[in-house]
Amino acid sequence: MNFETVVFYVLSAILVLAGLRVITAKNPVHAALFLVLAFFTSAGLWLLMQAEFLAITLVLVYVGAVMVLFLFVVMMLDVNFEQLREGFWRNLPMAGTVALIMVGEMALILMSPEAKLGSYHAAAPLAADASNVKELGRQLYTTYLLPFELASVVLLVGMVAAIALTMRKRKDNKTVNPGLQVKVRRNDRVRIVKMDAEKPAKPETGDAAEQQA
Amino acid sequence: MELLQNLLGLDAGLTVWTVLKIVAIVAPMMIAVAYLTLAERKVIGWIQLRIGPNRVGPAGLLQPLADGVKLLMKEIILPSASNKSLFLIGPVLSIMPALVAWAVVPFTDHLVLANVDASLLFVMAITSMGVYGVIVAGWASNSKYAFIGAMRSAAQIVSYEIAMGCALVGVLMVSSSLNLVAIVQQQAHGIAGGSLFSWNWLPLFPMFIVYLISGVAETNRAPFDVAEGESEIVAGFHVEYSGMAFAVFFLAEYANMILIAAMTSIMFLGGWLSPFPASWGFLGASGFGWLAAKMAFVLYCFLWFRATFPRYRYDQIMRLGWKVFIPVTLVWLIVLGAWMMSPLTLWH
Repeated sequence: MNFETVVFYVLSAILVLAGLRVITAKNPVHAALFLVLAFFTSAGLWLLMQAEFLAITLVLVYVGAVMVLFLFVVMMLDVNFEQLREGFWRNLPMAGTVALIMVGEMALILMSPEAKLGSYHAAAPLAADASNVKELGRQLYTTYLLPFELASVVLLVGMVAAIALTMRKRKDNKTVNPGLQVKVRRNDRVRIVKMDAEKPAKPETGDAAEQQA
Repeated sequence: MELLQNLLGLDAGLTVWTVLKIVAIVAPMMIAVAYLTLAERKVIGWIQLRIGPNRVGPAGLLQPLADGVKLLMKEIILPSASNKSLFLIGPVLSIMPALVAWAVVPFTDHLVLANVDASLLFVMAITSMGVYGVIVAGWASNSKYAFIGAMRSAAQIVSYEIAMGCALVGVLMVSSSLNLVAIVQQQAHGIAGGSLFSWNWLPLFPMFIVYLISGVAETNRAPFDVAEGESEIVAGFHVEYSGMAFAVFFLAEYANMILIAAMTSIMFLGGWLSPFPASWGFLGASGFGWLAAKMAFVLYCFLWFRATFPRYRYDQIMRLGWKVFIPVTLVWLIVLGAWMMSPLTLWH
């Protein structure tokens, strides 16, 4: 048993446990944090397979950005956990059947000789100066140029759609145009009035003096 | 021992040597953090015509030690309604990325703990995890102020990370490498032949500015410190923390500042390269000293900003990140691409 195998099993164990906790944790914030752990450990597994660019990108995109926004939303939700768990036993038979069917289907696909999982070998070790990034770039911009550009266009459309769907013009919006704010000069806001100093009127009774003070 | 050696599959001496190297990076870092806090108080003091701390030791030089001892002796209070485990993990999540990122930061051509291929990407990925410390701490505290601070910080860090990433794409384009050592070495070439003017800050000036300001925002420093805006939400996400748990957040913030300073120096200010021609002997030789000097300059800018600018309003921060910085970097990326393809290119 060499070092890499040990690391693989440790990471896999953590990954499986974290994945289990994602669906069993009672608190959604805990579940989201376990999902972060799962992403992080799978990045470690990819590193073991010498796919360092993909591993680092997984951490950068999913852990660093997507899950932060996810947590953001989950933390602000006001979820009633009891209500969520109410129908668990009633719905279990139906959900269990669906789950079993899915497991069977996946097993059929994975175990069929067409999947060729039996003849799956470890990737050949890369040369010491082989660059993951360069190779990926070459593949993306030559062989897979069209799918790559298509995917980016689809993402762009998704982005525009998300913005268009959520953008509402509110009438009572008090936003100020920052350009106008910057252009403001002192004279637009303050008027300095010159006037002579005035002597206060002489107090007549104690009451009036108190009011002036 | 033999089993362990067998298991590790490599020389046990190498492991020990690596651990020693890690200590050799982290220990001076911690001292630098301690003295950065003193420098901050002194510099801001001088800017405001005050003296700053001057009681502990000669000229106040032992002040960080006194602060450290005091924080160590304080009780760590666990709020009774907090989520205990997450409350304690919060500070750990915040200091861990700040230290791990140093694994790939080079100090000279050969002085680097792990010279990995995609070191720039590694630094970005690891630093992007720092936000979890803030969010988890803010949420686990079960306090309104802490939660508001955490939410503000999360939105701010995620927004400025995009601007930062776009600024770094320019650096990648001109150096055609993700390796930090190669990025510095590339800056030694060019028309200006390795002097001050061949460094990335000049051809990538808009990106340099965007990166520097985004760095201030990423570390939640003034004028972007709405996450701990004292006047509105007391201390933001770490309002419930005391003693060493608070100190760990403090350490993480300053370690991140030093990291951003190092990254700015490496990517835009020529790293360990000397600004003078090589014929100038001592001054012309490149080495760690120059990197340290550049980092000190960037750090001084951080302190200077804090003493100069009033805090941004929250919507202004978001506008600056999304509507100013990201378009500026995107436009400059196109300009840069055209520049590199034109006969006027500086890079070959």
